[in-house]
Amino acid sequence: MSIFTFDFMIRALLGALLVGLTAPAVGVYLVQRRMALLGDGIGHIALTGVALGFLFSWAPVLTAVLVSAAGAVVIELIRARGRTSGDVALAVMFYGGIAGGVLLIGLSAGTSNVNLLSYLFGSLLTTSWSDLVIIAVLAAAVLVVTLLLRPWLFAVCHDEEFATVSGLPVRLLNLVLAVTAAVTVTVAMRVVGLLLVSALMVIPVATAQQVARGFVTTMLGGIALGVTISLSGAVGSYYLNVASGAAIVVLAIAVFLLVTAGTALLRRRGGAAAARTATTPDLGLDDEHVMADG
Amino acid sequence: MTAADPVVEVRGAVVAYGGRPVLRGIDLTVTAGEVVAVLGANGSGKSTLIRAALGLAPLAAGSVRLFGTPLDSFRERRRVGYVPQRLGAGSGVPATVREVVRSGVLARRGFARLPRRTEAHAIAGALAAVGLSDREHDQVGTLSGGQQQRVLIARALAGQPDLLVLDEPTAGVDAASQVAFAGTVELLLEHGTTILLVAHELGPMEPLIQRAVVLSAGRVVHDGPCPRPMGHHADPDHDHVHPHAPDEDAAGWVPAVRDRA
Repeated sequence: MSIFTFDFMIRALLGALLVGLTAPAVGVYLVQRRMALLGDGIGHIALTGVALGFLFSWAPVLTAVLVSAAGAVVIELIRARGRTSGDVALAVMFYGGIAGGVLLIGLSAGTSNVNLLSYLFGSLLTTSWSDLVIIAVLAAAVLVVTLLLRPWLFAVCHDEEFATVSGLPVRLLNLVLAVTAAVTVTVAMRVVGLLLVSALMVIPVATAQQVARGFVTTMLGGIALGVTISLSGAVGSYYLNVASGAAIVVLAIAVFLLVTAGTALLRRRGGAAAARTATTPDLGLDDEHVMADG
Repeated sequence: MTAADPVVEVRGAVVAYGGRPVLRGIDLTVTAGEVVAVLGANGSGKSTLIRAALGLAPLAAGSVRLFGTPLDSFRERRRVGYVPQRLGAGSGVPATVREVVRSGVLARRGFARLPRRTEAHAIAGALAAVGLSDREHDQVGTLSGGQQQRVLIARALAGQPDLLVLDEPTAGVDAASQVAFAGTVELLLEHGTTILLVAHELGPMEPLIQRAVVLSAGRVVHDGPCPRPMGHHADPDHDHVHPHAPDEDAAGWVPAVRDRA
């Protein structure tokens, strides 16, 4: 019997698809500006948002969006100031987020550790249709921002000073990116969990960039990998009866290692071949004198 | 705009990093169509001066006007092209030459607008001006240092700026790229572009520099023609393309010293 006849499985696969699309689409910008762990920090903060949802009986996905977006804005403001003390401020926020979340969940009636674990490590199969509707709307917003604002986000992440001199709205773009990352965290938390969110933002991008030459190809390759890995992991976790988040992330790491080993092997062969016919581009300065004078 | 219009006006600029003064009251005026080089030893404040002129380094005192407008209220950013010394840390993901150069047209396009039809033409023109038309789909990280520098110049040119500001465009750059750069400067001069650049050594572009401003310890110590004698360099049979460094500046002129070997 096909797994697609189960309603919960269809919901699970839709959730996995949305995460596979959005996480690398945002992650490519975070990797580009070497802030790959930003998603992890936001994930910590989002737990407090989830707990607030339980405490006041609101939808945890919505409270998580609000709290993690606020947290992301604060992180960006700290980053923009560029002080070394900002490092400690971030640590306080991240661990405060986890501790506050656990504390608040303990205070709210009718929730258990099982519930907490489902947010920390993902629980695709318990995702409801109403959850999924919210996730789909948020995912659409993430895709609109990351795909349509690509030239501007690329310019800012690639060289913030050049973007400033060019008159681009650098502060606004940085805030938009931070909030988009926060929204992506909440999109992904039901699927891979808050503690593993960052993996799906970073690993498919890191895999794609080993074979891609450009930013757009890395981005599209990362998204394609993200979708494939997320869907395969979700299906695999069902048959193996293991947690979907862990299955997806382990699969992503396996693909990353395979591609890394493969490209290293190819490069070594290609490198050996190139070395035999190589001409050094920056040759001796004496030759340059001749060229320059001639 | 007439030739006498000031494009960059820096008055009494003071910049300090962590309480240590880097610029100690600097005046600099660049008028339309001029090619001005800011020279000086390492730590003399020459890069800080142009960063202050662009608003990238905060002024503790003094003022900056671009195209006659105070920097704070200057909105025509597209008229300014900036070429940093090298790419910063923001390059965790590979990018092609064309992708980087394309960032340069955004200043003219405006935020969240559709591409203009003239952009492809501007990008192609910028790549041709630096001699990298055949490399547009290559990954920037695989190019030589000099070629990467040319990519950054092309990015600034793609915005078709009236003022081009360059931070050490020829430092650590192979001679082929230096010659290519001198050719680019010549081309820009024909279009009336104003050029302000920071340099350790002038190399093949020395004949194009109309005025040199020499900084020492955060102050202007010379403002006028290129300070070093140029007579024997003009001789076509002369071996050297780089000016010899004054002895007191030797530490800052490593490439020139190396060339003498």
